[in-house]
Amino acid sequence: MTATIAPLFKDVAAQAHAPVRPSAGRALSVTLRRLTKAFDGGEPVIRGLDLHIPAGQFVAIVGRSGCGKSTLLRLILGLEQPTSGHLAVDGRDGRAAGPSRKIMFQEPRLLPWARVADNVAVGLGREGSRAERREKAREALAQVGLSEKTGDWPATLSGGQRQRVALARALVSRPALLALDEPLGALDALTRIDMQAMIERIWAEQGFTAILVTHDVGEAVALADRILVIEDGAIALDVDVDTPRPRRRGDPDLAALEGRILDQLLARA
Amino acid sequence: MADSALPALTRIAPARAARAPTPRVPTWLDPSRALPWLLPAGIILGWQAAASTGLVSTRFMPAPLDVAHAGWQAAQTGELWVNLWVSFLRAASGFLIGGGIGLAFGLANGLSRLSEKLTDTTLQMVRNVPHLSLIPLVILWFGIDEGAKLFLVALGVFFPIYANTLHGIRSVDPQLIEMGRVYGMNRRELFWRVVLPGALPSIFVGLRYGLGIMWLTLIVAETIAANSGLGYMAMQAREFMLVDVVVLAILIYAALGKLADSLTRLLERRCLSWNPAYRNA
Repeated sequence: MTATIAPLFKDVAAQAHAPVRPSAGRALSVTLRRLTKAFDGGEPVIRGLDLHIPAGQFVAIVGRSGCGKSTLLRLILGLEQPTSGHLAVDGRDGRAAGPSRKIMFQEPRLLPWARVADNVAVGLGREGSRAERREKAREALAQVGLSEKTGDWPATLSGGQRQRVALARALVSRPALLALDEPLGALDALTRIDMQAMIERIWAEQGFTAILVTHDVGEAVALADRILVIEDGAIALDVDVDTPRPRRRGDPDLAALEGRILDQLLARA
Repeated sequence: MADSALPALTRIAPARAARAPTPRVPTWLDPSRALPWLLPAGIILGWQAAASTGLVSTRFMPAPLDVAHAGWQAAQTGELWVNLWVSFLRAASGFLIGGGIGLAFGLANGLSRLSEKLTDTTLQMVRNVPHLSLIPLVILWFGIDEGAKLFLVALGVFFPIYANTLHGIRSVDPQLIEMGRVYGMNRRELFWRVVLPGALPSIFVGLRYGLGIMWLTLIVAETIAANSGLGYMAMQAREFMLVDVVVLAILIYAALGKLADSLTRLLERRCLSWNPAYRNA
C-alpha cells in the first residue's frame, strides 16, 4: 500500500501494473493528458488532469460534492467533451461515446413501461435478433440473481432489485469499461454490502475496467485496486490498494487506509 | 415464536374456508360489483314512487316507466336509432378530427422548441375564447349543416388533448431521456420507447376531458341548430310538451357519456398496466 504518482503516459502500451486476471476478457485502458473541462467559459471543473488507468483495473474516485468527479467520469465516457487536453481510450481518441463504455447511474432509471427483461435489453441497443436479445437479457439477469423477475414490471421490485436490473442492463452488452456513478448511494447499508460483493464478483469474472465514483470511502477501500482523491478538479491523492481479495470487512490495513483518505478529504473542510 | 405462529395459523384457516365457495357465485351477483348501482337504482325507485303517488306532477317530471315507454316507442319507430346514429357519427368524427389535430400539435410543440414558439401563443389565445360563443358565427358560416357541428366539436376537443399531450411530453423524466441517449437510442427510438410511453398517462387525461367536452358541445349544438340527432329529438319533444322524450334524451346522453368513459378506462388499463395507479383502478 504505497502512494504513487499517477504514471504519466510516456508509454501507453506498457501497462506494467495492469492486474492479470485468470478470466480477464475485453478491457479498455484510459489515458487523460492535461485534460481540462470548463462549462460555458466559467471556472474549470477539471484542471489539467493527467491520469492513466490500465485495462482491467478497478479504480475508485472519491471526493467532496462538486469536486468534479462526476464530470471526470462523464468525460471518460465521452458524454462530455473536454475543453482542452487529450482523452485516449485503448490508445485511440476516446472523445466520442461508444457502446463498449457503459454507465450505471445513481438511480436505476428503468423504463417503468417495459418489463424487466426488456429494460435489460435496452443495454444491447439495436444489436442481435429478438430471440438473441431475450436470451442475453435472461443471462444478464441470472448473473445478478433476478432470473425469476424477467417478466415483472419495475414498479413491483424493491430498490435494491431495481439497481440490480440497472446493473444487468449495463453489463448485458459485455462492456469493456463500466463507469459507476455512486450506484449504491440510495440503498440501505445491508443491500449495499450485497451489491458491492456482486459488483466485485462480476468484475472479477468479466475483467472489464471499472471506474467507481463514490462518497463512501469504506466502499472505495473495499472494492478498488486503486483510489483517486479528487480536489478542485485535480488529483490530490493516488493510492494503490494491494490488500488481497476477497477482502474482509474490518481489516486493520483497510481501516488505516480509509482513515488516511478521510483525513485527506477532511483536511480541506 | 410458537405464540406468534399460532394466531397466524388460525387466521389463515377461516380465510381459506370462506374463499372456497366463491367461484360458485356468478360475478354479477357479487355484492361489491352491485354496490355502485345501488344508489341509481334507489333514486329511480323513489322517483317512480313519487310519480305514482302524485307527489311530483308528471307534467314536469314523467315517471321512469313513462320514460321507458317513450324509449320503447321511439325504438319501435326507428326514430331513436336514426337520431342516435347521427349523433354518434357527429361526435366520433368531430372527436377524431379535433383530437387528431390536438395530438399532432401537442407532439410537435412538445418535441420542437421552434414549433412551440411559432404556435403555442396563438393556440393559448384561441383557447381563451369559449368555443360555444362561436355558435352564431358558425351558423353564419355553415348554416345548420354537419359542418357546424363537426367544427364545434373538433374545436372543443382540440384543447384538452393538445394541452395534456404537451404537458405529458414536458413531464417525461429527463433522467430517463438521458439514459436513453447514453444507451445509444436515436431520436426515433427515444420517441417510441421513452417519450411517448411517458406522456401516455397525461394524454389519457386529455382524452377523458375531451370526451366530456365532445358530448357537451354536441348537445348544445344540436339543441340550437340541427334537424336530426338526439338534441334535435329533445327540442322537438319540448315543443310538443313530450316531457318523457326530453328526459329520455337526457338519460341517453348520460348513458353515452358513461359508456365513453368506461371505454377509456378499459383502454387505460390495457395501455398503462405498468403503472400501479391504473392496474386495479
